[in-house]
Amino acid sequence: MTVIDTTPVVPVQTRSERPWSFDPEDFERPTGREVNWKLSDLRRLAPLLVDEETEAGERSLDYDTGDAEARGLLVESTGHDAAPRGEIFQPEDLASAIAWKRCANALHVRLPEGQAVEAPVVVRIAGRGADVHGNAHIVIEAMPGSQGTVVLSHEGSAAYAQNVEILVRPGARLEVVSVQDWEDDAVHAAAHQAVVEQGGFLRHIVASFGGGVVRVNPSVRLAGEHAEGELFGLSFADAGQHLESQVYLHHEGVSTKGDVLYKGALQGEGARSVWIGDVLIGSGATGTDSYEKNQNLVLTDGTRADSIPNLEIETGDIAGAGHASATGRFDDEQLFYLQSRGIEEEEARRLVVIGFLMEIVQKVGVPEVEERLAAAIEEELRRGASLAPASRAGA
Amino acid sequence: MSVLDIKDLQVSIETEQGKKEILRGVDLTISSDEIHAVMGPNGSGKSTLAYTIAGHPRYTVDGGSITLDGEDVLGMSVDERARAGLFLAMQYPVEIPGVTVSNFLRTAKTAVSGEAPRVREWIGDVRTAMESLRMDPSFGERNVNEGFSGGEKKRHEILQMELLRPRFAVLDETDSGLDVDALRIVSEGVNRIKGETLLGVLLITHYTRILRYIQPDHVHVFVNGRVAEQGGPELAERLEEEGYDRYLKAGV
Repeated sequence: MTVIDTTPVVPVQTRSERPWSFDPEDFERPTGREVNWKLSDLRRLAPLLVDEETEAGERSLDYDTGDAEARGLLVESTGHDAAPRGEIFQPEDLASAIAWKRCANALHVRLPEGQAVEAPVVVRIAGRGADVHGNAHIVIEAMPGSQGTVVLSHEGSAAYAQNVEILVRPGARLEVVSVQDWEDDAVHAAAHQAVVEQGGFLRHIVASFGGGVVRVNPSVRLAGEHAEGELFGLSFADAGQHLESQVYLHHEGVSTKGDVLYKGALQGEGARSVWIGDVLIGSGATGTDSYEKNQNLVLTDGTRADSIPNLEIETGDIAGAGHASATGRFDDEQLFYLQSRGIEEEEARRLVVIGFLMEIVQKVGVPEVEERLAAAIEEELRRGASLAPASRAGA
Repeated sequence: MSVLDIKDLQVSIETEQGKKEILRGVDLTISSDEIHAVMGPNGSGKSTLAYTIAGHPRYTVDGGSITLDGEDVLGMSVDERARAGLFLAMQYPVEIPGVTVSNFLRTAKTAVSGEAPRVREWIGDVRTAMESLRMDPSFGERNVNEGFSGGEKKRHEILQMELLRPRFAVLDETDSGLDVDALRIVSEGVNRIKGETLLGVLLITHYTRILRYIQPDHVHVFVNGRVAEQGGPELAERLEEEGYDRYLKAGV
């Protein structure tokens, strides 16, 4: 792929020292100069920065947990002081602090100790309109030795601030997939914060297709020895969409392993993606093996992709650490190869784009979720079929 | 019987130093039952010929013609050439992340033959072809060329040739980077396809090694963008002993 821009930026402060508070009063209203807001669409996110009552009586969005309750995977919703809510979660921005404060009862999904939960737990979250402000706190807890997949699936329209607290207990293997399939006028700011304890494994996947502004920021602490984290993302930004992920992976324990891969496609005037990837290898995290990469594929003119990888290393005794970022147009050699096998140019482009994003889909490992994501990618391509392809690199 | 006819072909590429001529008038006529070997030192234009036939956009045709049974190949897009029956086995096939081999093969077959192959028959054909190239069945679930070894890439190229059934195949340094076993498997594949169907082969190689397994009818020696000498299989044997120095010294 043609490398157009790679922008490694030295962070102004160690990522772990970012201020946090449960009280919205402690946060200044962001101006757009802050490190965690400077590439965001603050104008459209403004409704999420209003500290107002939203979840009085009933919730502002519809939550459908399917058969999770019948399967014994739901815990009675938890208030502000009910553990494990707040065990590790620390709001780091105003929207997140408001969401913490205004959500009285958190949804709590728990995979029971030692159990492999076969079918994925799907939580459907449907908005009721772009003017309806909602705030949520969701706890996903994988008890020791448990195994399973939890899908948060977003649709409809809303102005939605969301905290997701993910607890991976020792030896548990958890996969969390957050799918953003909103209407065009939805705005969604989510802070996912996870801890992975000793020998635990978390695969965290962010898939953003629909929505006006979607900002899903996952932070993962690999706290225990031999904890593993895979942080994957795929986004498909159309005209006027702003899709953003600020990813933070903190290696704290000994011999932890991290793999971050975010891939984005952009098509149409004003399509925008933002990826900031912070990896911090702490002073005690000897034997760390870590890699992060962001790749963007530009399908038409008029798009913008920001990609900022940051890597901080506080110990020299690691197995490996690396980062990469590439944003480019179609690889002409891939198109040539496919066309030389008789495949028409348009079909060849389609295959390359699907393939580019399928690399993430293939990592899900749960067929029904993979099929759903593949269908969403196909739908995005259909929508963009009439758009002129990006001018060739160098042309 | 089909004929691929290359006449006075002149080709250049754009470089940072400006236009660079590579082929300076190449004539070559191949029937669909013949094997032609194009040999020559590095930089003589062998691969340029291969990629020009396939229609790679990097190469500009400044003069001459390529026709397939009288049809103007140079006027066709890359995919039209493939559907007309031309095939290029590449020296460095690119990776296509996220596209599995089986999906790729089925898409290509559908494109080349104009209709989707019948599922049961197709699965059988793919399995048989993979078996004869000693490829593990799990190969189909891997992404195209991703993480393939050199030998796997070349076998995958020949697998495509076997399944797409072209009338003319250009093998661009298919022998490079192969160990003896892989070279034998790949050569057997070419010979097998040739035995089953009418196939003209343009075998591009630097070394004579592959010609022990695939017997050429004609040998052309490329030097500096032209055919410097041509003959039968005996010419390859002579090159084996003398190398290309003779041509280079003569400054042809």
